[in-house]
Amino acid sequence: MSARAEPWQKAEIAGPKKALLILKPEVVAAMVKKAERPILVVGHHAVEEYSEEVKLIDYVIRLSEAADIPLVVTAHPINEYSKRGHHPAGSMSAMDIGNRLNDPKWEGLDGKGQYDLALFVGLPYYMEFVILAGLKHFSANLKTISLDRFYNPHATWSFPNLSIKDWSENFKVMISKFAGE
Amino acid sequence: MKIKEMKTDLGVIKGLELSFDKLVDETWDEPMGPTPFPSITDLRDWDMRLLEKFKPFYLPFCDVCCLCTFGKCDLTGDKRGACGLNMAAQQSRIVLLACCIGASTHIAHARHLVKHLIEKYGRSSPIDIGGLNIDLEAPVTRLVCGIKPAKLKDLEDVLDYCEEQLTTLLSATHTGQEGSNLDFESKVLHAGMIDHLGLEVADIAQISVLGYPKADPEAPLVDLGFGVADIAKPTILVIGHNVPSSVGIIDYLTDKGLLGKVEVVGICCTAHDATRYSTMAKIVGPISWQLRYIRSGLADLIVVDEQCIRADTLVEAQKVKTPVIASSPQNCLGLKNRTKDAPKEIISDLIDGKLPGVLILNPDVVGEVAVETVTAVAPKRNRFKIIPEIEEVVDASQACTSCNECVRACPNNQPISDAIKAAAKGDLNPLSEIMESCVGCARCDSACPNDLPLHSYMVKASEKHLWDQKYKMRVGRGAIQDVEIREVGGPIVLGDIPGVVALVGCANYPHSGAELVEIAEEFAKRRFIVVTSGCAAMTIAMEKDEEGKSLYEKYPGNFDAGGIVNVGSCVANAHIAGAAIKIANIFAKRNLRGNYEEIADYILNRVGAVGVAWGAYSQKAASIASGCWRLGVPVIVGPHGAKYRRMLLGRKDKDEDWEVIDARTGDKVYAGPAPEHLFTTAETKEEAIVLIAKFAMRPNDTSKGRAIKLTHYIDLHKRLYGAMPDDIHLFVRHRADIPITMKDEILAFLEKKDWKETRIPDPTLLPRMIRKRKGE
Repeated sequence: MSARAEPWQKAEIAGPKKALLILKPEVVAAMVKKAERPILVVGHHAVEEYSEEVKLIDYVIRLSEAADIPLVVTAHPINEYSKRGHHPAGSMSAMDIGNRLNDPKWEGLDGKGQYDLALFVGLPYYMEFVILAGLKHFSANLKTISLDRFYNPHATWSFPNLSIKDWSENFKVMISKFAGE
Repeated sequence: MKIKEMKTDLGVIKGLELSFDKLVDETWDEPMGPTPFPSITDLRDWDMRLLEKFKPFYLPFCDVCCLCTFGKCDLTGDKRGACGLNMAAQQSRIVLLACCIGASTHIAHARHLVKHLIEKYGRSSPIDIGGLNIDLEAPVTRLVCGIKPAKLKDLEDVLDYCEEQLTTLLSATHTGQEGSNLDFESKVLHAGMIDHLGLEVADIAQISVLGYPKADPEAPLVDLGFGVADIAKPTILVIGHNVPSSVGIIDYLTDKGLLGKVEVVGICCTAHDATRYSTMAKIVGPISWQLRYIRSGLADLIVVDEQCIRADTLVEAQKVKTPVIASSPQNCLGLKNRTKDAPKEIISDLIDGKLPGVLILNPDVVGEVAVETVTAVAPKRNRFKIIPEIEEVVDASQACTSCNECVRACPNNQPISDAIKAAAKGDLNPLSEIMESCVGCARCDSACPNDLPLHSYMVKASEKHLWDQKYKMRVGRGAIQDVEIREVGGPIVLGDIPGVVALVGCANYPHSGAELVEIAEEFAKRRFIVVTSGCAAMTIAMEKDEEGKSLYEKYPGNFDAGGIVNVGSCVANAHIAGAAIKIANIFAKRNLRGNYEEIADYILNRVGAVGVAWGAYSQKAASIASGCWRLGVPVIVGPHGAKYRRMLLGRKDKDEDWEVIDARTGDKVYAGPAPEHLFTTAETKEEAIVLIAKFAMRPNDTSKGRAIKLTHYIDLHKRLYGAMPDDIHLFVRHRADIPITMKDEILAFLEKKDWKETRIPDPTLLPRMIRKRKGE
């Protein structure tokens, strides 16, 4: 896979403003550390098995806990998190969390104010595409990162299209950076 | 009337001519409401009330505007284009354009049908859609226009109005017109309301004169599936939505005594309407079945009319030597117009293969040419197909370089590349599995750099399963009877029947259509009323239980708790909106005539109806949905529906958004987020199921009704999410609302939320509905 700013679904062309490529996962860790109020939004694909090696749900739980980022589960699979001993900060539909992130007056899941960095992963590609577009245009103070395996051009930053192996490595690196390894 | 000479007190009048365009029969004693034939701003206040509660959340598909030569203009963030428009307004503008396209399609369809049926049956043919069972024949028309159509000619007035409104709405999208996103949204809602009129006109016209089932809960069962046609017989495939050419074919077969000797099968809504006309017609399947059927060589002749037809039908048909007849001015396919030629000449040209197809704009001529051509062409074609043999699939798959272009072109991101790799090793099962979630777009074919016909490979891999597809679907019944509304109106408004779920729309599903079957059965079992139409109505027939029965064989077709009610084709969606309107009139005795705002307010606050378009793809689906929104009916779309560019979302965390006026006192009362949204996307079927149960709650629910609805919501949430919902406190107004079987659990939850009792209002959003007390 090439490290190019090329949407995974080829007709999903965005611009003039497109996501900057994240070529090193350490950059994500640095951005999360720099953010005052990060949040992690995880879609239902997280519970699907991409391969024997990658179980996204395990990575996002570890990432959330290591980086101390509140995790919002969209759609139905919240029970899968409980089974793993993790209690997400929120559960709401993808549209609801998108809509709230779009509101500068939203007080957040904990009542402490709007977030300044939202990391998205595990949503259907085209749903994430349009939600990130909404946030790009209407949420001036919010930065977004797509942690998916596919380049999503409406994010502020996105991984390029990656192999499962490289994607998995990226998560391992990010988690290690928060775990102080 | 001509008068040669008339002597009057004023003098002598000579050569007087009087003409009467129409005589108005004013025997309808219902008083006229405030907004008959509303202009595009007459209901703006109502729209703004809705938009205050359910604010647009924009999901731009594109960052630029390229609609005029000022552009392209970059609208990113807070930028404005050269015309001054910003991104929010541009998104609403695009939604309005989509809804105008959808509404114009239905209205043009209705105009064509009414014109054709008047020519054939006369202007004075009566409107009759249910005999003695239906007195309220056209609820949408009565509500919006304030007229009661009695004859076909009366429908022309409705269409005149629709066309005028549509032109005005479309003009608002021109550069330098509307500048406010909320005003664009108001116009979107107007377009939806106009669309519903078009739907109603089209369907009541065809029901009235074509002998369709008339509000019949026991409409016959008809064959549906890929394998329904008897392949020993010549087969005509009709595709589209506008039935006259299919009627022409069936009539010709009947006249010539050929019924049963030629198969007439259909795809999409024209198939619905062909089976409403005659149960000798059969249904292949929804919109996504086009390519697989044509490439399989099963159609000896294809007749297309209009809407949702693949633009490459002629190209694909030529590959399998199947002649095509185009029969609609909206879809001529570049074919020569042979309408005025002698049928024998046209037939001869098609049989000899001199032409790949013809355009014929007369349904009777279509009937003759189609039947006479197919009987001669079928033996020559001998079911010629372009679906390769297994060995060819395996051999050709060796050429795959795993470039993944097919996967990246697939709307559902199916692992096509992996499946081709497996096929290269002789295993076609992965390709067959992909077919389950295939929407039939064949973008994979177009994307493949080696020109592998990947969709055809999937068809081959699934061939046995496809051929076994034979199901039963209940024919579209049309409207809901007045007496049915009388019986269920109370239980719906009070909440005893937990809701009405409308499963409608196209077949752009994120996964298998089996998800929709699951949704339908879940709610039928829970004693909701399940209504359905269009491709969704076909899809829910396409699973069998262990006894080999489809849902239509397991559940009754009456509009009652636990029924599965197929109203018919896309245009029959009018009866679903009509049923909600009729509840307000028949049960609650509210006047309909030109009284849109009051009835929409009634439906929003009292009728627990929810629309679900799980596979919506089209502009028509957008306009149908927007008609529902204005009427106060929330709509849920499947994940692909996120591409409609904006949602209308409530905020349950803002208490102030959920105040209604108590019509008894004028007080503002918190009524909870019921319904929470007017338009949203569900990511998974599980989420959709829970949302349906939740969106069926309404401020007016009695405690008993609310307890029933909460039981379903909580039960489904627990089963599908594995946990209690976290917002129960917003829906429990007082202790009597709490389901008895969950009392302790819910009380404990409420305690944590610092919940306090409120009262059940007589809910309205309209200050004018506040009842004056005596003496005031």
